[in-house]
Amino acid sequence: MKKIVIKHSLAIRWFHWINFPVLAVMIWSGLLIYWANDVYAIKSGGKDFIKFFPQSFYEALNLPFRLAEGMAYHFFFMWLFFINGLLYVLYAAFSGEWKYLLPQKSSWKEAWLVVLHDLRIRKTKPPQIKYNAAQRISYTVIIAMGLGSVITGLAIYKPITFSFFTTICGGYEAARLEHFILTIGYCLFFLVHVVQVIFAGWKNFQSMITGFDVLKNSADDKEIPSTIKKPVNL
Amino acid sequence: MTMKEKVLTEKQILTKSLFAFAVFIIGICAAYFIWKGLRSQEKEAGTTKILRKSYLANEAIFSGLFNEKGLVKTYPVAEAVKAVRVNGNLGLTDASFDPVAWKMKVVKAGGDTLFISIDDIKKLPKTEIVFDFKCIEGWSQRTWWGGVTFADFVKQNRLENEVQKTYASLSTPDKKYYVGIDMPSMIQPQTLLCYEMNGKPLPMNQGYPLRLIIPVKYGIKHLKRIGTLYFSDTRPPDYWAERGYDYYSGH
Repeated sequence: MKKIVIKHSLAIRWFHWINFPVLAVMIWSGLLIYWANDVYAIKSGGKDFIKFFPQSFYEALNLPFRLAEGMAYHFFFMWLFFINGLLYVLYAAFSGEWKYLLPQKSSWKEAWLVVLHDLRIRKTKPPQIKYNAAQRISYTVIIAMGLGSVITGLAIYKPITFSFFTTICGGYEAARLEHFILTIGYCLFFLVHVVQVIFAGWKNFQSMITGFDVLKNSADDKEIPSTIKKPVNL
Repeated sequence: MTMKEKVLTEKQILTKSLFAFAVFIIGICAAYFIWKGLRSQEKEAGTTKILRKSYLANEAIFSGLFNEKGLVKTYPVAEAVKAVRVNGNLGLTDASFDPVAWKMKVVKAGGDTLFISIDDIKKLPKTEIVFDFKCIEGWSQRTWWGGVTFADFVKQNRLENEVQKTYASLSTPDKKYYVGIDMPSMIQPQTLLCYEMNGKPLPMNQGYPLRLIIPVKYGIKHLKRIGTLYFSDTRPPDYWAERGYDYYSGH
């Protein structure tokens, strides 16, 4: 007999794994669109420090001259991205999952301790219930970013119908840039997320598929007199 | 706050895990085949059937939200750019085009055809607009245009019955470029038959003598050098829609 802890509900796992390919298609089709007017760069001293994107990048991914195709896919998959994200937020709100996800007062300070721990600078692991402070902040920020993509997206897709969004984004051009920056943000999130998942190991990864973590042998429990057994508070 | 716990036998845990992984792998396969299916669909007019349907569904949703009385944001003339971008010359390359003899052909219901000269059009009150001209490529420019509103033009030429139809069609004199526009967008009060840019007559490469300025649409619908205008209840052909773009292309 073994004890398992139910970590990720079935709904959360579906939302997570559906979002992955859908967001991938959104980013790919977004690149097809962006190519047609690829004006962004990080400049330093009048020179392009990082150009979004170099010609070799476009060619490697076969992106040039596919604007119409990009738009067709983008405006189809946007619905899947939006509906999946909306259902996730509603689920988190009504199931009580938000209690694990939203940052707490202590999270802002603790998140630094998590970073120091993950960088192997600090030995002790900060406390966590399901998610640590850094996870709480990043998983909340990524949802806010999703909302940001919907708002900036509508602001450039239908700037007159949703003129309110275009205005709060600071105008049409600003909204396009913000939409782009959010996308870069997803890519950076993805990189950190994958690295963290690799470091967290197989047990953590498989819980996103099976939904549970195997805790420990309950045979071990028997050896500990129940009177001194501490409640597991994970 | 704690997470739910359960005690299971090793066999139960194994069964549960295997089942979850089986579903996961089936999901990956399904996603792969759905994607392959999407990619391998036959293309018609530059895009696949399902993506065209999605364009149409989006059109139904967003044109329902579009309010033809809502106005596009305008700016003072001082904010307009001096160098207006020229992005294409489709329909403008006919060397035999004679701007002096130019008349706009308007096909009315019942086959009556009007030929309207630029002087007839200039008799109407001039309306000017400075707005953000947006290209489907992703750039925009604050530009200044002058002409007559399509609404005034309809009144002058008694086209009230014609604008009851669902679409307007415009094409260049050489028929090489053509657009179809839904009527709510066409009769939006800021739609112009435009003969001036930056306070001067339209340059040749901007569609001299008369072009369309329709601020609620992407630049691809702002046809340069109008040759023929007609009205229809079925979708008139549209150059870029035939090449995989959204027919509606509206804001």
